[in-house]
Amino acid sequence: MSDVNQERRQFLTKGSALAAGIAIAPGMLLFDFAQARPAGEPASSAVRWGMLIDTTKCESGCDDCVTACRTENGWPEPKTATDVQWMRKVELKQVATGRHVNLPMMCQHCAEPPCVDVCPTGASFKRADGIVLVDKHRCIGCRYCMMACPYEARSFVHEPVLDHDSDMPRGQGTVESCTLCVNRVDRGEQPACVEACTKNGHRALVFGDLNDPNSEIYLRIRSVTSTQLRADLGLNPGISFVGL
Amino acid sequence: MNVLAKILLSLLLFATAGWAAAADQLVAVDGPLGPRLDIGKGGQCVEDPKFMRSNHMRLIIHQRDETVRKGIRGSKYSLTNCVDCHASKVNHSVLGSNQNFCQGCHTYAAVKIDCFECHSSKPREFRKASNLAVENLK
Repeated sequence: MSDVNQERRQFLTKGSALAAGIAIAPGMLLFDFAQARPAGEPASSAVRWGMLIDTTKCESGCDDCVTACRTENGWPEPKTATDVQWMRKVELKQVATGRHVNLPMMCQHCAEPPCVDVCPTGASFKRADGIVLVDKHRCIGCRYCMMACPYEARSFVHEPVLDHDSDMPRGQGTVESCTLCVNRVDRGEQPACVEACTKNGHRALVFGDLNDPNSEIYLRIRSVTSTQLRADLGLNPGISFVGL
Repeated sequence: MNVLAKILLSLLLFATAGWAAAADQLVAVDGPLGPRLDIGKGGQCVEDPKFMRSNHMRLIIHQRDETVRKGIRGSKYSLTNCVDCHASKVNHSVLGSNQNFCQGCHTYAAVKIDCFECHSSKPREFRKASNLAVENLK
């Protein structure tokens, strides 16, 4: 094996030593890398935002993430099946063993989003950093994306929005879904659901840059078994689950 | 007169009195026949008022694509910044009556405003601040 690139090998050794130096323990870093993107700079494709949901830490009956999402983004509590629902708690039961699994469900922020493929106006789009959004300025409310999404993550706003009490613009006649709290992420903060889950001590949600070797999510995804929902569809979601 | 009517009447009187008190803040735009507007904080912000009167929609429409689609934040042109300064100090909104900043002029010019079907017409400080989302939890 004389063709081994020694320079590259040395670089990799040094690189992993550096990563080990920054991490005190798996998932604990010496400093926080998240910071607000400077004003005037667009979202970068070097970043891919994602989330790791640890279902073993997600508690039955707790819906703090959903409540935080509703408060942050100003969508009302759903009463009927057609009401807006950006995020929901799902409880699964394995029939054979009776094992229960709890998890929050929302937009999976696919790398190959079918909602974007089918949108006739270009309203449904994927931002450079992997966040899948609806540009409501262009949305005509056809709901084709809702049919294309295998996760049923999107909702249509049937009623007029009378009380805009949050920073998130919402309006009748458009489709909406989880934005990964794009306005908070751009400020260098965590999505509201992640912050709520961390605050109540469950720490089931980890958010970060899947491309950043120093991020907690990067280290966790490489050290534990995680699954993407319906990985067979080849959509490569940015959200992964542990313990499914 | 039932109770509801009394409440409505008193609210109306209250609102009128409020605007009368703030009447010295009403500014005539576009000559004596033009609308008289409650301009909120007022003053020159990002561009000259004359330029803004005819071009504000171009600045905002450009900004909306830059921010929503490319994620560019922090531009000096932003709808939220317009609302923060120009919301009335009486009802904390740019809408509500023909003296409110956005509604007043748009009614005068007979141009429909779509912005506030989705965007908030209230300044940031009168919305539930983002950082309250998590603190509101028990």
